[in-house]
Amino acid sequence: MPKYKYLGKATQKVDALERVTGKAAFGADIHLPGMLHGKVLRSPHPHAIIKAIDYGMALKLEGVKAVVTSKDLPSLEDARASFGGEVSIDQEHLRKLFLAHDKVLFEGHPIAAVAATSLEIAEQALELIKVEYEVLPPVEDAFKAMQPNAPLLHPYLYPKTLGQKPKNPGNVATIMFHERGDAEKGFAEADVVVEESFETAMVHQVYIEPQVDAAQVEEDGKVTLWTANQGIFNVQSQLSSILNIPLGSINVVPMEIGGGFGGKIITYVESLTIMLSQKAGRPVKMVMSREEVFKATGPGSPGYFTIKVGAKKNGKITAAYIKMIHDCGAFPGGPTPMASLVSFGPYNIPSIKVDGYDVVTNKPRVQAYRAPGGTPVNFSVESTMNVLADKLGVDPLKFRMQNYAKEGDYMVNDQRYNRIGVKAVLDRVVSSSHWNTPWEGPNRGRGMALGFWIGAAGTSSALVLINSDGSATGVSGQVDLTGTRTSTQQIIAEELQMPLEKVNVKVGDTDSTPYTMGSFGSRTTYSFGTAVYRASRDALAQMKARAATQLKVNPEDVEYAEGRFWSKKDPEKAVSWNEVARSTITRGEGVVTGRGTVTGLGHAPEFTAQIADVEVDPETGKVYVKRFTAIQDAGLAINPMQVEGQIQGGVTQGIGWGMSEYYYYDKGKLRNASFLDYRMPTSLDVPMIDIEIVEVPASEGPYGVRGVGEVSIVPPPAAIAEAIYRATGVRMNKLPMTPEAVLWAIKTKDKEREPVAANGDS
Amino acid sequence: MRLFEFAAPKSLEEAYKILSRADADVRALAGGTDLIDQVHQGRRKPSIVMDIKGIPEMKRLAFDREGLHIGAGASCTDIYNFPPVKKNYISIAESAALVGSVQIQNRAGIGGNICNAAPSADTAPSLIVHNARVVIAGPKGQRVLPIEQFFLGPGQNAMAKDEILLGIVVPPPPASSASHYLRFIPREEMDIAVAGVASMVVIDPKSKVCKTARIALASVAPTPVRAKDAEAVLEGHVINEALIREAGEKAINAAKPITDVRGSIEYRKELVKVLTRRTLTKCLETLGNR
Ligand SMILES: Cc1cc2nc3c(=O)[nH]c(=O)nc-3n(C[C@H](O)[C@H](O)[C@H](O)COP(=O)(O)OP(=O)(O)OC[C@H]3O[C@@H](n4cnc5c(N)ncnc54)[C@H](O)[C@@H]3O)c2cc1C
Repeated sequence: MPKYKYLGKATQKVDALERVTGKAAFGADIHLPGMLHGKVLRSPHPHAIIKAIDYGMALKLEGVKAVVTSKDLPSLEDARASFGGEVSIDQEHLRKLFLAHDKVLFEGHPIAAVAATSLEIAEQALELIKVEYEVLPPVEDAFKAMQPNAPLLHPYLYPKTLGQKPKNPGNVATIMFHERGDAEKGFAEADVVVEESFETAMVHQVYIEPQVDAAQVEEDGKVTLWTANQGIFNVQSQLSSILNIPLGSINVVPMEIGGGFGGKIITYVESLTIMLSQKAGRPVKMVMSREEVFKATGPGSPGYFTIKVGAKKNGKITAAYIKMIHDCGAFPGGPTPMASLVSFGPYNIPSIKVDGYDVVTNKPRVQAYRAPGGTPVNFSVESTMNVLADKLGVDPLKFRMQNYAKEGDYMVNDQRYNRIGVKAVLDRVVSSSHWNTPWEGPNRGRGMALGFWIGAAGTSSALVLINSDGSATGVSGQVDLTGTRTSTQQIIAEELQMPLEKVNVKVGDTDSTPYTMGSFGSRTTYSFGTAVYRASRDALAQMKARAATQLKVNPEDVEYAEGRFWSKKDPEKAVSWNEVARSTITRGEGVVTGRGTVTGLGHAPEFTAQIADVEVDPETGKVYVKRFTAIQDAGLAINPMQVEGQIQGGVTQGIGWGMSEYYYYDKGKLRNASFLDYRMPTSLDVPMIDIEIVEVPASEGPYGVRGVGEVSIVPPPAAIAEAIYRATGVRMNKLPMTPEAVLWAIKTKDKEREPVAANGDS
Repeated sequence: MRLFEFAAPKSLEEAYKILSRADADVRALAGGTDLIDQVHQGRRKPSIVMDIKGIPEMKRLAFDREGLHIGAGASCTDIYNFPPVKKNYISIAESAALVGSVQIQNRAGIGGNICNAAPSADTAPSLIVHNARVVIAGPKGQRVLPIEQFFLGPGQNAMAKDEILLGIVVPPPPASSASHYLRFIPREEMDIAVAGVASMVVIDPKSKVCKTARIALASVAPTPVRAKDAEAVLEGHVINEALIREAGEKAINAAKPITDVRGSIEYRKELVKVLTRRTLTKCLETLGNR
């Protein structure tokens, strides 16, 4: 007998019907009586001082109802807060990010915002605002930013570091040193040491729905905000903090969300929309354009890595070193801490040394992008491991079999792993049909790579209401980004042993639901699912108590299954779930509300192994990904169909990251802020992605569930790079691996080959 | 986006009247797959947008002794599904079937593609190798131009402010000829050519000597260009592997590309070489298969 009735099944999405009929309401669907349309004036310069802003002419245009600039920002008490989860930003910088104060720090940085009776008028009004800039030279990349004479973005910035603070301010935001064991000794013990350098590009999450919101500020200052953010309570606390509005005076209403991937945790236009509504006294709606999204939201950080790994002849790794530099855009707070944690995560390595730097440049402030920091560092580490395996003369899989991390081993941050599934995913590679099917012939190659993501937990809460007809309603403020409503329904049905159709799921606003963290960091099903589980158990316990009263037995003596309570001692003594439910509205202790909350679950690490087959056109450099398999430990897949969807999405984004996506800057200006020249893969550019779910239960939480949302994006570039190497003999150490880059690499190799071969080099 | 007036004339006379309006900046709308985006982005700010698809002449698709007639408003899908195109103008069919995606092809046409005059326009090289002529019309009358004289620069064509494109005429292909178009894009669809090459060869069936060769390039110069040095390599000879290689090298002479996000100068030249070879090889295969 299967363990669960409703878990582990591909049940229909709760919101399937409203999705396919187009009834689901997204942010852009909001229409409020008297609503104005907002538009933002953005800087054309990446780096400049704002000398003066004159919007007198704009205000005179008929239909313009309000203009705001940084002069309209409320003053702040000196409370310090920071936001954004895995790639956090502090209060002051968040204020400067959504609206430039005296300095422009990236192309597209907001200068002013306008609310008008139509979008066209608002756009016209922008043209009437005069801004006087003193243009400064842009700091174009992390290396230039670190040079001693580089222009400063923030004259007050000193690095966050445990070491010595430099004397002068600079563009380095964080310096991180870490060593576990004795790396020098480890390298000395090694028989083979390889060192490689890598570079990855700035990429965007490219959620299909641009940022959109609407705000209505009442006479008494109360704010209602409709938004498509990944977490309504994050939005509430950010806005309360940066606009100095009491938290309880802001009600955030979640709309359906068209993708986020970490990019919709931080607020952008929301603050401007509220400021405009405050000033105009009317509701205001703001929709960003795709160009604005590319230029002025939070892409994923580009990184530069040097990696050294040493191993014994027998294949055991003795030491590893990584130096990483992350470009975090205009404000401090990059992915270096997370990237260092994931770097060597899949391996058991006695000594590890890490040097990390987060650096500011004149680019949009980076934000989380699905396993933030994971993909670039994994590409670099896994590629280095493949070089090492090659040097040792073992195949990449065997090499990993010799070095994988297991329960009790140390992570880079000196904590120990709880139960993890690295070996389980590797075992599945060994037995997979993909790995066992030959992929031969000219210009073809196969690669594999491991991926790791730690995953977050955080605070979650949920309610389970028992209705008088016996049905149940799960209520929470958990934004459904990935199918949360569906897994919530499954958990409640499982615990209350009632059919799925009797379980409703409602996502409410901040005014009517208890605090729960946003949907990010692979935490939702793991942590929020735990809250739902607890709320269901609580509701069941309360129902049992009611049944006990009615059966005149002790609550401990009540059994429940499939809609029926009975006395353990006298099974004939029984009452139905529905009867008990009906009685809650008329007598006894009243209505049943199950409450569940959780904070501080331990990690439930995600591991994956991915296999890629490619074929390369040696004359154009184009790489065709022909077959792809992702093997991932899900702990327990509550809904395997949704888990597969998550993995396929992550792999697709990872293929884009590896092959074609990048920000193309020219003197600080973004030249490809559109879907034409920012190349996401289309459906024809990715193969069918085979998924194999492995289930090694997590150490904590009900059912052994692990987060599944993030790790799938981590290894695709590394797996594909290895496949390209096997196909062509060239190692691609820079992302993206565009056809042009691959072609030149092949040509360079061919040129080097000729004389080298004559010298008898191996 | 600027607000504009919208017109949908049902006849050429009506259209000419609109074009004659002195103060108006009229832009014709065919499929709108270029124009709507340009207006939306503020890159074009017409005062009147005139949909030409309601004019019967604009939807014309016919094949007669003069050749193939393509109305300026015919969609790519209609064009490549028109049996005479499939049969006699392979390169044109191939390039029409490459534009954007199925959805784009249902709206976009060859007329809009060439009027837009993007250096990357996929149908331009094929029209050039097939010696097409364009028929331009306006209140002052009609005129005909060889397609090669139609393109003046990126986004610029040879039509006056009060003229519109009526259609394209492509002469019947010479006997024993074949044409093919290939482009290189980083993705598999919904992309813009980093380089594109159309080749057309006429081979004497007995002697196998190449009587005529026409090669045209996209995306490697401000306008589509003929690769005349490459053509000269082939004409008067029996085409073999070595000549194909040489033609590929010589085709580069016509390419004056730029470096941008889509590719460097060097890469585009490399692609011209490769695609020229591949289109020529395909042409020979097609003739061999016939
Ligand atoms: C997603 C997408 C993918 C695309 N992919 C490709 C591709 O692969 N290859 C490619 O070459 N192009 C591509 N394009 C560009 C575009 O689809 C083509 O150029 C198409 O052929 C334009 O035709 P249309 O009928 O839509 O032109 P429209 O947009 O209607 O018009 C284009 C221009 O020509 C003018 N015009 C149109 N008809 C006339 C007329 N009769 N007289 C005078 N002027 C006229 C218009 O005013 C406008 O300036 C793509 C566009 C999109 C949106």
